[in-house]
Amino acid sequence: MLAASIEGDEGDDWRVRHHVGTCLRCQAELARYRKLVRTLHGLRTEVFDPGPGLVAEVLASLEEAGERHLLRSLLSGHKVVYVGGLAVATAGAAGALVIASRSRGRRVPLAG
Amino acid sequence: MTETLTPLVAAARQGDRLAFEELVRVTTAETYTLAYRLVGNEDDARDVVQEAYLRAYRGIGRFRGDARFTTWMYRITANCAVTHLERRRRHRHEELADDAPLADGSVERDPQARADASALRDQVSLALQVLPPRLRAVVVLRDIYDLPHEAIAAELGITETAAKVRLHRARRQLRAQLFPMHGEEQAARAV
Repeated sequence: MLAASIEGDEGDDWRVRHHVGTCLRCQAELARYRKLVRTLHGLRTEVFDPGPGLVAEVLASLEEAGERHLLRSLLSGHKVVYVGGLAVATAGAAGALVIASRSRGRRVPLAG
Repeated sequence: MTETLTPLVAAARQGDRLAFEELVRVTTAETYTLAYRLVGNEDDARDVVQEAYLRAYRGIGRFRGDARFTTWMYRITANCAVTHLERRRRHRHEELADDAPLADGSVERDPQARADASALRDQVSLALQVLPPRLRAVVVLRDIYDLPHEAIAAELGITETAAKVRLHRARRQLRAQLFPMHGEEQAARAV
């Protein structure tokens, strides 16, 4: 309950406030909690040194990811070309067949 | 820092790769610090940082810019750290229960040292490292990085209520270890 009341979550609970107001032990405990939270807030300004190489590693992994992405998009672009080419070839073949069958159909009566 | 980052973030959102790389350079130390606080060791922290920037790179186009870039990175880093810890836990099966006793007894309890703010920060950092990871994540994100409960819950994949409960447990354990009340000293010394 006290850990929550630092946050303010239980701050509106008058029973908690009333109890803390009259209980020295809880007041002492609350003061300790506040000190803890203040110290934790103070850690925000600390920055650890990641050591050499981390930035380079991250940039290399981005580079690699970028290349993979490029390769994927190239491959998917090629797919479109292949499918398009196949469609054109199929249409061409079908057209040639139709023309051939028509011209064969016309020749028969001439021969007779 | 935010003002310096704004043009870089805008350029990166438009697909400028060099701008994103500059963002990495400027923010790596901060991201690493959070990752280290969450996972507790250098190797894992480096892995988390790499993964976090990859995710950020893929998602920068979706970053709306209504939050600070660093806050956005904190959320991604927290999410990556949790995933990393989960994976590690599955491998090692070593996670402590929420209320398990703290394993490390090396936190200095000398009243003279406690008076020193710098020493106190070191003690708190040390105590954080021996908290169970699920409690540590919440207290680090809330009390150090000031993320709202809602964001913490979203990134850790838990409910807001669960996030608050974990925060209170974490604070209770830290308080009992660092600032024991009368009658708690023996228990704190025993761990």
